[in-house]
Amino acid sequence: MVLNELIDYDTLRVIWWALLGILLIGFAVTDGFDMGVGALLPFVAHNDTERRVVINTVGPVWEGNQVWFILGGGAIFAAWPPLYAVSFSGFYLAMFMVLAALIVRPVAFKYRSKRDDPRWRTTWDWALFASGAVPTLLFGVAVGNVLLGVPFHLTPDLRSMYDGSTFGKLFGLLRPFALLSGIVSLSMLVMLGAAWLGVKTEGEISARARRIGTVAGMIAAGGYLLAGLWLAFGIDGYHLVSAFVPDAPSNPLASEVAREGSWLAAYAVRPWIVIAPIMGFAGIALCVLGLRANREVTTLLAGQVGVMGIIASVGLTMFPFILPSTVDPHSSLTVWDASSSHKTLFIMLVSTVIFLPMILLYTSWVYKVLWGKVTEDDVTGSGHSY
Amino acid sequence: MELDVVELSRLQFALTAMYHFLFVPLTLGLSVLVAIMETVYVMTDRPIWRQMTKFWGLLFGINFVLGVATGITMEFQFGMNWSYYSHYVGDVFGAPLAIEGLMAFFLEATFVGLFFFGWDKLSKVQHMVVAWLVAIGSNFSALWILIANGWMQHPVGAEFNPDTMRMEMTSFYEVLFNTVAQAKFVHTVSAGYVTASVFVLGVSALYLLQNKHKDLARRSIAVASSFGLAAAFSVVVLGDESGYDTGQSQKMKMAAIEAMWETEPAPASFTLIGFPDQEARETHYAVEIPYVMGLIGTRSLTEPIPGIDQLVAENETRIRDGIIAYDALMTIRDQRTDAPQSARDTFEQHSEHLGYALLLKRYVDDPREATDAQIVQAANDTVPGVFEIFWAFRIMVGCGFLFIGVMIFFFVRTSFYRMRFPRWSLYAAVAIIPAPWIAAEMGWIVAEYGRQPWTVDGVLPTALSASHLSVGDLLISLAGFITFYTILFIVEVGLMVKYIRKGPHEDVEETEAWMIRHERRLRATGEPDGLAPSTTPAE
Repeated sequence: MVLNELIDYDTLRVIWWALLGILLIGFAVTDGFDMGVGALLPFVAHNDTERRVVINTVGPVWEGNQVWFILGGGAIFAAWPPLYAVSFSGFYLAMFMVLAALIVRPVAFKYRSKRDDPRWRTTWDWALFASGAVPTLLFGVAVGNVLLGVPFHLTPDLRSMYDGSTFGKLFGLLRPFALLSGIVSLSMLVMLGAAWLGVKTEGEISARARRIGTVAGMIAAGGYLLAGLWLAFGIDGYHLVSAFVPDAPSNPLASEVAREGSWLAAYAVRPWIVIAPIMGFAGIALCVLGLRANREVTTLLAGQVGVMGIIASVGLTMFPFILPSTVDPHSSLTVWDASSSHKTLFIMLVSTVIFLPMILLYTSWVYKVLWGKVTEDDVTGSGHSY
Repeated sequence: MELDVVELSRLQFALTAMYHFLFVPLTLGLSVLVAIMETVYVMTDRPIWRQMTKFWGLLFGINFVLGVATGITMEFQFGMNWSYYSHYVGDVFGAPLAIEGLMAFFLEATFVGLFFFGWDKLSKVQHMVVAWLVAIGSNFSALWILIANGWMQHPVGAEFNPDTMRMEMTSFYEVLFNTVAQAKFVHTVSAGYVTASVFVLGVSALYLLQNKHKDLARRSIAVASSFGLAAAFSVVVLGDESGYDTGQSQKMKMAAIEAMWETEPAPASFTLIGFPDQEARETHYAVEIPYVMGLIGTRSLTEPIPGIDQLVAENETRIRDGIIAYDALMTIRDQRTDAPQSARDTFEQHSEHLGYALLLKRYVDDPREATDAQIVQAANDTVPGVFEIFWAFRIMVGCGFLFIGVMIFFFVRTSFYRMRFPRWSLYAAVAIIPAPWIAAEMGWIVAEYGRQPWTVDGVLPTALSASHLSVGDLLISLAGFITFYTILFIVEVGLMVKYIRKGPHEDVEETEAWMIRHERRLRATGEPDGLAPSTTPAE
């Protein structure tokens, strides 16, 4: 018996589509808050000690959090190779900017407080700010572009060709709807960062963070609503014309795709998915209320639920599309034709089932050990902090 | 050289990979050394070992962070710059990368924070466990990356699927237990241990020369020389060559390492030094040692080792065979499910050499239209740059033997000469600090430059693997990487030097607390004072 036959190919594809979402959500609700903290740094902390307090709230955990992102990249490579091949090369310069931020960020955390020179520290503080704000904005822009479709086509050999010149490709991403998505992404993660600072700090820093977080949450909710309306009235969706073959080989060119109707038609076909936007709005609303009322842990959790709802709503609305093509809809990548082989998906699922629970267990243990407020005494007294 | 996307992508990948590997070996080795030191601390309860753990741990941290930062580049570059490669082999190559994240990288990244921030929040044993988890995470990380890399050198457990136009996994077991990958893992990890040992040895020798931190330095030398001795033997004895007799390009690589143009009657002699000339296909001024090569390469006296000319001739046959597979593949590609069974049968029979036909794509769009001259040219392309590989290998091996010598010397002085080290030997230990990095980079040149013209040996040529990008894209990213990486390198080395100068942090409270505990223990056992407390804390 071949083990991977235990689970059907199409079931595995749906599981991996869901896992991709879970990894992205895992990234957004963990690394998201520490990127949000980075983006908040210049605004909530006004002197070196305060900045050190803020940095040290995420100091011990950002590294593990960032692995969600790396794992997300690895999972896309292993489970959705065409998606990895098309998007990473197509968004080349944008990816390079994200990469630059992710390279600078660890170094900034680690090296910032290793010298006393104020200029040295200010430079790294700006690096922390940029490496928090730029990627969160770009991730949102990327999601907006995925909803709009991107200009690529596949050759018969399945080589990905992305239209446009060097800068044309970069600035082509900055379409108004995509920018709106970027703002939603940035503001929701700033809100999450503020909620985290509410849990981990006290006094002035916490108060400033909560004030900014409240505004950010409102912007996020408003932007999200606007994006929904835009999708309903101004943007064409895609749908699969050809018959659905559950265990067809992964060749995106084998299916027929048409660009017509609205993405939101999905809510008529699968009404239950409305739960995602409800979670999005409710989570943000509770988070904003919590920030105002200074409720600590529940605020953070509510914010995370909100972020989860927003990200999930994008995936659920687009299903089964993963990356539609504007110039050649025929090349669009879907859940049914852009995955790895049956065997690879199965092996990857087994590894995930073994390791993901372990990751969640030890990550929670680490958070538990490090639980508690970070105070000014902590950063001035101890030799171990950043 | 004309600027083209493939060449620039190769340059960028080579630069970023070699830069990444400046930090990896020290992470691999120092994580283990630090865990060993902390274990000694937990077992003996002597503060000097805690001080050592913290000091070397701090240097580990400065280095680790750049390893992480530059590692992200590696993972993303496959998709950014090697898009067709990612499509073509992602089904096989992506899996070990993703499992690396799940199993190893998460572990080390989560616990490394706790290692630095958890000193006051964890018990001694808990903290030691955290140190070991970081070390285990780093080493497992290397395992999965080398499984992925080993597959590029020797692609087993996969076959081409004409319906999806890519390689797909047929046996995860074979990918996992690929002999080349296993040999590479042992070799690379040992090399990391040697790197860290030489580093610890060198810095400690510097302290002894400066008459500073002598307690810390002596103990560090003891740990580094014993650990380093075992590692230095392992890196040479279990060297990469154990894997060279398996794959086809591995054969070509071995022939290139030895600059062996023609097949020699067994047992072949080993060319100690010489000047390989690729044009003339001969090695000038060669100094040869009889028999040795045959022994290294085949572990026998009777089996001949194929020379470069013979391998090229074999590859020409493979290219012609591959063209038949390519022809059948085009029929399947265009007609999909309607393709006649005969085309599928033909493809099955010849698909093994499909990759060789793709070598012709450099010269013609359709390999079926290639002329004989082009086929000969493509076969000649399968010879990598012999001169570079020949010398890179010799520099690496030279360093390897140097490390064995150094480690033996320090181990003997530590064990039998009461840790008295002549000053010249301390100067030497400081002077060789860069050598392990040189050896490691040379090793990667042999492994990866020696794999050309393939990204995946016999499966996918490098020239086809790149993304559809413009030269402008590449120039911007290349300039960006060079700028960032140069700045970060200066900052990193600057911080390393600063903290080495500053030396270990003396924890007076900790030492006093230990003295009280120690005296209490002595009173309890009534034994004479075996461990003189006065020598324990660092001066």
